[in-house]
Order: sequence, then C-alpha cells, then structure tokens
Amino acid sequence: MKRVSLAFTFALATALASPGAHADTLKTVKDRGMLSCGVSQGLPGFSNPDDKGNWTGLDVDICRAVAAAIFNDPTKIKFVPLSAKDRFTALQSGEIDMLSRNTTWTLSRDTSLGANFTGVTYYDGQGFLVKKSLKVNSALELNSASVCVQTGTTTEQNLADYFKGNNMKYEVIAFAGADETFKAYESGRCDVVTSDVSQLYAERLKLATPADHVVLPEVISKEPLGPMVRHGDDQWFDIVKWVLFAMVDAEEMGITQKNLDEMAKSDKPDMKRAFGTDGNLGEQLGLTKDWLYRIVKAVGNYGEAFDRNVGAGSKLQIARGLNQLWNKGGIQYAPPIR
Amino acid sequence: MSIEARLPPPQYALRLKRALGGQAGWSGFALQILFVATLAWIGYEIVANARANLEAQRITSGFGFLNNTAGFDVSQSLIPYSGSSTYTRVFLVGLLNTLLVSVIGIFFATIIGFIVALGRLSPNGLLSRVAGAYVEIIRNLPVLFQILFWYLAVLAALPGPRQSISVFSTFYLNNRGLVIPWPIAEPGLLPFVIALAVAIIAALALRTYARRELFLKGHAVRIWPYVIGVLIGLPLISALVFGKPVQFDVPVLKGFNFAGGARVIPEFVALTAALSMYTAAFIAEVVRAGILSVHKGQMEAGVSLGLSRGRVLRLIVIPQALRVILPPLTNQYLNLTKNSSLAVAIGYPELVSVFMGTTLSQTGQAIEIIAITMGVYLLLSLITSAIMSFYGWRLGKRLGA
Repeated sequence: MKRVSLAFTFALATALASPGAHADTLKTVKDRGMLSCGVSQGLPGFSNPDDKGNWTGLDVDICRAVAAAIFNDPTKIKFVPLSAKDRFTALQSGEIDMLSRNTTWTLSRDTSLGANFTGVTYYDGQGFLVKKSLKVNSALELNSASVCVQTGTTTEQNLADYFKGNNMKYEVIAFAGADETFKAYESGRCDVVTSDVSQLYAERLKLATPADHVVLPEVISKEPLGPMVRHGDDQWFDIVKWVLFAMVDAEEMGITQKNLDEMAKSDKPDMKRAFGTDGNLGEQLGLTKDWLYRIVKAVGNYGEAFDRNVGAGSKLQIARGLNQLWNKGGIQYAPPIR
Repeated sequence: MSIEARLPPPQYALRLKRALGGQAGWSGFALQILFVATLAWIGYEIVANARANLEAQRITSGFGFLNNTAGFDVSQSLIPYSGSSTYTRVFLVGLLNTLLVSVIGIFFATIIGFIVALGRLSPNGLLSRVAGAYVEIIRNLPVLFQILFWYLAVLAALPGPRQSISVFSTFYLNNRGLVIPWPIAEPGLLPFVIALAVAIIAALALRTYARRELFLKGHAVRIWPYVIGVLIGLPLISALVFGKPVQFDVPVLKGFNFAGGARVIPEFVALTAALSMYTAAFIAEVVRAGILSVHKGQMEAGVSLGLSRGRVLRLIVIPQALRVILPPLTNQYLNLTKNSSLAVAIGYPELVSVFMGTTLSQTGQAIEIIAITMGVYLLLSLITSAIMSFYGWRLGKRLGA
C-alpha cells in the first residue's frame, strides 16, 4: 500500500511542516550531493531500469542532464519510481526535486497542484492498442468495447469524451498500474487498451507476441509530456526549464556529443555564448559557465537523446513527427541562449 | 429541652467535585480540561498550518471540487452515473461499491466460516482434516495474492464473449463476467408486489397461530400446505388478473460485448470470492473457539435429553458460544471491509480506487480526499461495531445473562 502511505505522508507533512519549506532546491540538491528525480515504474524508451538497475530513457536523460549541469556527473541521481497516482504527491511532499515521468501538461495540473511544467520533452497523443485478430481498423469501430485504462492519468477523461462525442458505448476497467492494465488486456478482459501512443508502442514490446497487436491510427488528444518542479523556487524552475532548452538549442546549432570539443573552440559568437567562453549565461542560472558543455557531453543534444531512446536507434522506432525541430517540420522550439 | 436533629452539612462542593473529576477530585478534573485543551490546540494547529502551507505553495484546497464534473466513467455503479456526474456522485458510487462487496463478502464469509468450523469439530475424521487444511492454507496466504489468483488465474481463464459458455441461451459466462437476463417493470408489478406482501404477512400470522396452539394447547397444527398455497396462489392470481409483473431483458451478443440484461463483472466476483474465503478461514477459528468454550456437559445434557447432535448445537451450544464469538467476529467483519480497498489491484471501482485514486489524481486535493476516505472507513467500522454490539446486547438479554 505504498501509494496510500505516500499520500498520507504528504497530508501529514503538509499539516506539520513549517510554512515556506524547500525554498532553495539547488542548494538542497548540492548539499545532498545527489538529485532526486521522479520517474515511471518502467516504461521502455522513457524511463526503464535494466536488470542491473541502470535507468535509461528520454525522461531519464532529462534528469541526467540536470545532474550533469549541476555536478558535472550524470550519475549523481537517485531515481524514484512512481505510479501515475503517486507522482504529484511525491513532488509536493519534497520527496523528489523534479518529476520527469511522461506527465501531460494540462491547465488544471499547472494551476492546482502547486507545481509548474518546465517545458515539453515529447509531444504525444492518446491512442488505442487492439488485437489484430479483432480486425478493427479505426477507433470509430469500437462501439460496445471493453477498454482497459490506467487510473491517475488524463487518459480516463479523454476516453470518456471521445466515446461520448462519437455516440459510442463502452465499458471502462481502470487499474492502478501500467503492468496490471496491460496484463488485463492481454488476458482478454478488455478488447482495447488506451494510453499515450508512445506508451502503447513501448508496452507492446513487453507483450508476448507484439506483432499480434496494432496501434490504431486515431490520436484522440493532445498530450504534451514534460518535467515538473514545485512552486516557490523560481531559480530551480529556470534551471530545469533551460536544461531542456539547451538540449534542443544544441541540436539546432549542430552541437553533438561527437563534435562537442571541436564546437567548443568555435569562434562564432552564439557558440561562444552557449559554451560560456563569452559572458556568464550559465552562472546567471546558478550553474557554471560550461553548463551546456556538461549537458551535451552527458546525454547529447535533444535529437540524439530522442533517437537513442525512442527513435530510429531504439527498439521503439517512433518517428520524430511533431518532435522534430521547428525548422525541420516539427514543433520543438527553444528560446535562444542569449 | 429538645435535641435538635442536626442535619449533615451540605456537601455540594464534594458532589460537584465527584461529578466532574471522578475519584481523583479537582486535580483530576483540571488534568482532563488541560488534556482536552491540548488536543484541541494540536488539532487547530494542524488545520491552520496545513492551510498556510497549501496557500504558500498555491495548492488548491477546500471542498468545492465535489461539485465539479468528474468526466470519467466507472464499470459498475449501483446508482445512475455518467461522465457528466459530479465528484460527489463518484464518491457515492465508490462508497456503494465498497458496501456491496463488504455486505456480500460478510454474508458468505460467515456462512463458509460456520460450515468450516462445524466441519473441523465433526467426529468424521476426513471432514475435520479437510476443514483443517482449508483454514491453514487460506489464512496463511496473503489476501492480495488470493485476489490476484481469482482474477488472473481463475476468471481470466474463461473464454471470450464470442465463445461464451451459454446456459439455455439466456445466461452467458465469459471473461467479461456473468451476463444474466434482467427484469424490467411492467404495469402488473405493483399489484404483484402487494399480493406478495399480503401473502408473506398471512404466512407469518399462520406461523404465530400454529406456535400458540402448540405451546398453549399442546397440539401441532399442520400449516405448511396453507403457507405454500397462499405464497404461490396470491401472486399468481395477481399476475393473471393484472398481467405479468416483469419482462425479462435477455442479453444478446452485439459487437464486442453482450447488450441488454445485467452483468456481474469479474472484478466483483474475484474480490468477493477472495475476501469471503480468506475471512472465512479466520471466522472458522473464531467459531470453533467459541463452540469449544461451551462446557461439554451442556452437549452431554442435551444428548441425554434425546436431542439430535444438530439440535443440541443449534439450540444449546451455539447460542451460548455466540457470546464468546461475537467480539472477534466483529473484528473479522471490520477486516473484510477494510481489505476491500485492495480492489485497486484488479480494477474494481470501489471507494479507494475511484475516489482516492482517479478523483485524487484529477483534482490533486490529497488532504481533503484522504480525510474524507479516512472518515468513511472509520464510520463504516463504527457502524459495524454498533450493530454487532446491539446484537450482543440482545443476545445477552435473551440468555438472561
């Protein structure tokens, strides 16, 4: 009953702690010598532990980039696996410094949870996974179906909206964890399982015969996924926000893990600003001048992280799509480093 | 000269002291006041501090969210519910689902528990060993494991909707649950229900009459043919006169699932089965201990009066054993109710799942929702205890103890 105790701890902590706690997150992290980062309980491509307990994934790389920017060491992280339900409580209670766990940015989450989204790491949408043997080609053919879904996500509401909007009936069975949800789907309890498309691709890999299942073409919602930090510490908010921007800008400027040292010697003014050989932009964030160098050295630029974890270089083989840079047909766009 | 009878000095102060402070007098009273004041102060600090913290972190608080639209669906609801209902409605749906599992679970757990206990005490060696094995195996396995076993191993093994096991083409069993025909009210329903009620009252009156004849005059009256006649006859006449009371909505396979009829979802079955069997193992031990606590002379006395073993148990032993059984039995009922929250693992929409799960994550108002949920479980437990205490009190009165 970990999730209950976690929420309970938060209720107690809020009731007992003195107001204005956790104000200077950067200092807390430095004093601890470790970044505490909330991730999923295992979602290939985004945050997934291997058999030795090493975490990999796009969300994980954001954590590593932040740790690299602070400590110049991407391993100084404590990963805290969280269920969809527990994640906000863990952030609010201060158990984690940042949440990087495929979390959809919505208005209500941004305003009512006492936390802020720092940017979008992955533009996702909700879709449906069905068995090929059902011979369903479109989500509009799903009238009267039983649908498995994970609780504690935006998915349940989108699902209700979609079926209601299209005058279709359905039965929903909501589970607490992703594993239970997909197990129930595999056992035939439901015809369809719905979640963010990226997650469907990732979870499909875990099924017994992935080729027997297909993701339907409909994407029924906008799911911009991004990291979150607590309210009340603007410096920390800036750091997490700009670490992601730095990765995107690095890709746009053509800085890669391979050509990093070469680029760092460049005479171009924007390069000099980015690498901190000119000005002190990194220090303005509360980091060091070579912050961008540290980030790219640790995890590469955004495109490299994407390819390695979910894109062409990974098992998931997800196309860049919306997540391509703005000048290459996508919508990933970061403010300039100036 | 008369001697005036001197009245004892009025001891108002002492009486007041006793009334307020008990044996300990004033100091005890002061301590109690101090204790209550401290508790109140701590309570106030907790609430005020939590409010200040929430405000400082700009986390929404208050109970206003209960009137907002929930916007999600649930798989089983005893009251009309749709995605456009409010969170209050979600709360009620979850609460009723919890109550449903608890009440049905308690019912079956009690029956299975008594049967197993009697089996364990039976002189039949095989029966008592089987009952003993049941208790030892079931109570030593974690209840979450048993719930998952029923759900993922037993019920998931059933065929899909299109290969349903069908009984007379009206009942269907598949891995989506048991689909049954469901009655829909017709105009003849009201007279039918009235006729049935009259029949039941008449049957009860007959029973009272027969008992009085037996106890006062000593002759047994044969009433059962009349009872059956009135119970079947009256509703039948009503149905013939006013038309049939209900029409059955028979399920038909349509698309992915059955349409029409009613459905018992597998999550409910798995949860109820696991919880009743698990709790039954404990109840069996409680009942066994209770029966063994009755002096064996009572049993022997009953047998020497010529009563059968079953009658001795029913009329002599169990009423006395109940006084010992009731308090621990209450504990088991409370455990079952609280264990029903494990349903989140298998997606049964009870209180913890829909309210402390989905509602909490959609609104983010952890403190309010946890406080409400805690209050509900506390209230359920107190009500169960109160009912059991009342039953115990009546039992004590009847036994003249």
